Amino acid sequence: MLQKLKSPNWPLHLMLLPGLILVLIYSYGPMIGIVIAFQKFMPARGGLFDSPWAGLDNFRYVLDMPDSMRILKNTIIIAVFKIVIGFIVPVVVSLLLNEVRKEVFKRGVQTLIYLPHFLSWIILGGILIDVLSPSSGILNQFLGMFGIESIYFLGDNSWFRPVLVITDVWKEFGFNTIVYLAALTSINPALYEAAIVDGAGRWKQTMHITLPGMMPIIVLTMTLAIGNVLNAGFDQVFNLYSPQVYESGDIIDTFVYRIGLVDAQYGVATAVGLFKSIVSFTFISVSYYLAYRLANYRIF
Amino acid sequence: MVEQLTLGRRLFVGTNYVVLALLSILCLVPLIHVLAVSFSSSAAATAGLVKLWPVEFTISSYQFVLAKPAFLTSIGVTLQRVAIGLTINMVLTILVAYPLSKEVNKFPMRTVYVWIFVVTILFQGGLIPLYMTVKYTGIMDTIWALVLPNAVPVFNVVLLLNFFRGLPKELEEAAFMDGAGHWRTLWQIIVPLSAPALATLTLFATVGHWNSWFDGLIFMDSPSHYPLQSYLQTVVINRDLSLISSSDMKSLAEVNDRTAKAAQIFLGALPILLVYPFLQRFFMKGIVLGSVKE
Repeated sequence: MLQKLKSPNWPLHLMLLPGLILVLIYSYGPMIGIVIAFQKFMPARGGLFDSPWAGLDNFRYVLDMPDSMRILKNTIIIAVFKIVIGFIVPVVVSLLLNEVRKEVFKRGVQTLIYLPHFLSWIILGGILIDVLSPSSGILNQFLGMFGIESIYFLGDNSWFRPVLVITDVWKEFGFNTIVYLAALTSINPALYEAAIVDGAGRWKQTMHITLPGMMPIIVLTMTLAIGNVLNAGFDQVFNLYSPQVYESGDIIDTFVYRIGLVDAQYGVATAVGLFKSIVSFTFISVSYYLAYRLANYRIF
Repeated sequence: MVEQLTLGRRLFVGTNYVVLALLSILCLVPLIHVLAVSFSSSAAATAGLVKLWPVEFTISSYQFVLAKPAFLTSIGVTLQRVAIGLTINMVLTILVAYPLSKEVNKFPMRTVYVWIFVVTILFQGGLIPLYMTVKYTGIMDTIWALVLPNAVPVFNVVLLLNFFRGLPKELEEAAFMDGAGHWRTLWQIIVPLSAPALATLTLFATVGHWNSWFDGLIFMDSPSHYPLQSYLQTVVINRDLSLISSSDMKSLAEVNDRTAKAAQIFLGALPILLVYPFLQRFFMKGIVLGSVKE
């Protein structure tokens, strides 16, 4: 009788089959393609395994390029600033929103700040190029009213990185704010009542009840962010940058695109991509492990 | 003492409302500005007179954009990719999530399968190897290049399998008792019970396909096969002059490049703005979904 609580397992394998095949081809196939990094690969010659081996030549070539250190530096600086500021802003905003008593206002703010998250960097890039334009942009018009001279935000190396960080935080802070807010509403109200009885003011309540209550989700987002140290945001940078700002804004992903698909130096581009994949793999594995140990988070 | 505290508190509450209102406006103003530009005359836009309201209201930019064959073709490609891609995404998400939601003691191979999928989150081959794979499988410059490489959205699988695990085990056991196999149990019991979760994932996958642009840019050989966002990339961001026909050039003189761009930006964002109220409502459920863990 108990036997019947189970059903034969072969249909389970069958269900997994189509997804498995596609993942094997389009996720594992490229992993095999990594051999290109160790070849003198010529697309015209075709075959993946016909190309002559080059050992570590591609890697040496990249290391000898004058730009490579600069690109690595740009990537890390942009990514780290995005992680840090993109973490602080939502925490502060969610704390501020938590103080709001008018439900309609609260919901209205949430709706508006969360909107940019759903728009692509094509749409937002188009908007930013217009808004930040040195000649006709509305921001420079506004600054002009205070006698500030027109700034070429997207073409000036001292401005480009801050613009990337600010606009990225602008796009994404609403998303994380809502995640944190969800954590805040689950804090037991009895804790606040007890604190008030003990004479704690608003500030003390925030420091001793609200923040500790947010700790698990904060630890989780922080640790998972570790995996993004080399993700400076291809979609954003690619749609906002130009050769003038390569010096401050060229990142690994845009570099791989240019030398790989524009200049057709497949071997070199794959080598750079492999470097990024290995470093990211290490960081993501560490971050998942930490998230598991610190916040008992498991992806599966 | 008490008086002072309430004053401080009031100041804080007042400032708080102002700060939050400013933040919300900051998220909306750029959009409104571009919308205003798109409905303004080219002279007003060029002269920089447009702020947040159209100046010399006209719909000529929209007439110009909607008469462009390339724009309409790209919308067609996008609709096609959403239809095909979404179907494949959802069917595969369900088919993969169900077996992986089983306990190891009931489905011993689960661990192996889980690892096969998890590894794809942790490690990727990179841009060039993916490009070569798409090329070798012969789907370059076809709609399949836009839907097959991401056919199994692993993060959605994770969300759904966690949702499946939250469903009462008794339902499934009762179905088995009545002689239903895994297929019938999945489609007739599990899937109907998961409607809210599936609706959330459907919206996410739709937005994902609508917003994708890079795959179109690299996998499609000719711009006439570009989906909308890839096409917009070339006209709004990258301004490739070779894509503008001579008749376009003539009407561009009347319509002005800036207002035409603004109109295309707004049209590209419009569907997202339309489904946004639903998205937002479902998203809160999405958070709940993600937090359902055992």
